[in-house]
Amino acid sequence: MTAISIQKEEGASARALRPRRHKPLAGGVSPWLLPVALLLLWQGGGALGWIPPTILPNPADVLAAAWKLTQSGELAQNIEVSALRAATGFLIGGGFGFALGLANGLSRLSADLTDTTLQMVRNIPHLALVPLVILWFGIDEEAKLFLVALGVFFPIYINTLHGVRNVDPQLIEMGRSYGMSRSDLFGRIIFPGALPSIFVGIRYGLGVMWLTLIVAETIAANSGIGYMAMHAREFMRVDVVVFAILVYALFGKLADSTARFLERLCLSWNPAYRSLSQ
Amino acid sequence: MSHAPATIPDVSRQDRLGLPLNARHISKAFGETSVLSNLDVFVPAGQFLAIVGRSGCGKSTLLRLLADLDQPDAGEITLGHGVDRRVQTRVMFQEPRLLPWARVLPNVEVGLGADGRTPKGRERARLALASVGLGSRAQDWPSILSGGQRQRVALARALVSRPRLLALDEPLGALDALTRIEMQKLLEQAWLRLGFTAILVTHDVAEALTLADRIVMIEDGKISLDLCIDTPRPRRRGAVELARLEEQILSYLLREDAHEPDYVI
Repeated sequence: MTAISIQKEEGASARALRPRRHKPLAGGVSPWLLPVALLLLWQGGGALGWIPPTILPNPADVLAAAWKLTQSGELAQNIEVSALRAATGFLIGGGFGFALGLANGLSRLSADLTDTTLQMVRNIPHLALVPLVILWFGIDEEAKLFLVALGVFFPIYINTLHGVRNVDPQLIEMGRSYGMSRSDLFGRIIFPGALPSIFVGIRYGLGVMWLTLIVAETIAANSGIGYMAMHAREFMRVDVVVFAILVYALFGKLADSTARFLERLCLSWNPAYRSLSQ
Repeated sequence: MSHAPATIPDVSRQDRLGLPLNARHISKAFGETSVLSNLDVFVPAGQFLAIVGRSGCGKSTLLRLLADLDQPDAGEITLGHGVDRRVQTRVMFQEPRLLPWARVLPNVEVGLGADGRTPKGRERARLALASVGLGSRAQDWPSILSGGQRQRVALARALVSRPRLLALDEPLGALDALTRIEMQKLLEQAWLRLGFTAILVTHDVAEALTLADRIVMIEDGKISLDLCIDTPRPRRRGAVELARLEEQILSYLLREDAHEPDYVI
């Protein structure tokens, strides 16, 4: 047997070892079957009078409300305000979390100085600060940004720290022995090694971001999707309230999909992510 | 691998890479446990030295000291005259230790340090990869390679910078028998052509006999056996004289008085 045919067999066995995945229904329809069925049930229930419109208006009514809000420009404006708040808060909180996570993962001194304090603060539910934040900032933009940034900070901090600390020490030893400089060691081994964990933090942080924003906007705001919902409640416009909730759901999904897309792009070396994207 | 011999360029006699390695009075302890005590070993330029011993005897520790992965508590280790040991030494570990997030070729470029990302470095890495028979896998992820192929990439990475000393920490231990024979051939070929000094730690006496010029055995932190193997190369597996030597070494290693148990069941 020649060496070349040995290689071919090795390749084949490596392929056979990859986990098998079920074939999704035509064009990735399967994830949407359940939401569509629920929607049909909802519309049907409303039309047959099982669900009173004051409790839950028909999907068609919600759609009509959405159309009206779109036409008046109110929706676009509120979405813009909310999205800007979410993004700014996320960048501030995520940026600090990432920076401190890296610093504490790489430097024993930095971890000794700050980690205990951060772990204490982490155990305070950040939404418990709402009354304090209103007293500090009123209902201005700072209040929302502060809450979102605080909420996003911890998942990103914890996961960045965890990622950096759990980079395979054997690879770091190899890098040192092969003469990598400190910056090379970081750029070629530590950061890429921590990246899967950092992405977990980002996805989790995005969830916290929406949650915090919804709470902050319903309690203390005069613009944004959450405010739109609270305002509609005062006029018993259940259709607008339901629509606002749907907008949040859509935006949450959109943010998560973006993060997953980036994850697949950056982690294509990892067989788990690669087989998902192919 | 079929075209491997053609692509490792021959090095003329005077350009051979190997430098002598000299370790004097080295000691190493982990906490209270002394692993190596006042050990001397001199490895002439270009020699292939195998270190054998029972597990836990300190042979890997010795290799780590010689390869500058750890520092000895006492003693001095020099490579050639005033040569930076870290720069001129490459290590092959038991695991391939490839960067999973880099494709095969960039992994080989790691062996060149900062030069790896220059066009010239890339070309050298490409040649090194071809010399281990994996030239066509340059753009693959390490995760889809077999264990033997990964270890071959690691060998290319270790040799691409033309090291003066190659330290091998049981790099073939995790491979299946056939792949191991292939790797031994590849390793011997590269050593014969480039002439670096090589130190191999192994628990497999037969492997040591196939590859090494000299075998030292470590027991109780000291060298208990120092044996020259002058059997001509290429060595035939299962040759009678190698089998006789293996038997002698193993019976010495397993001799009754070597490890007297504290109590008898």
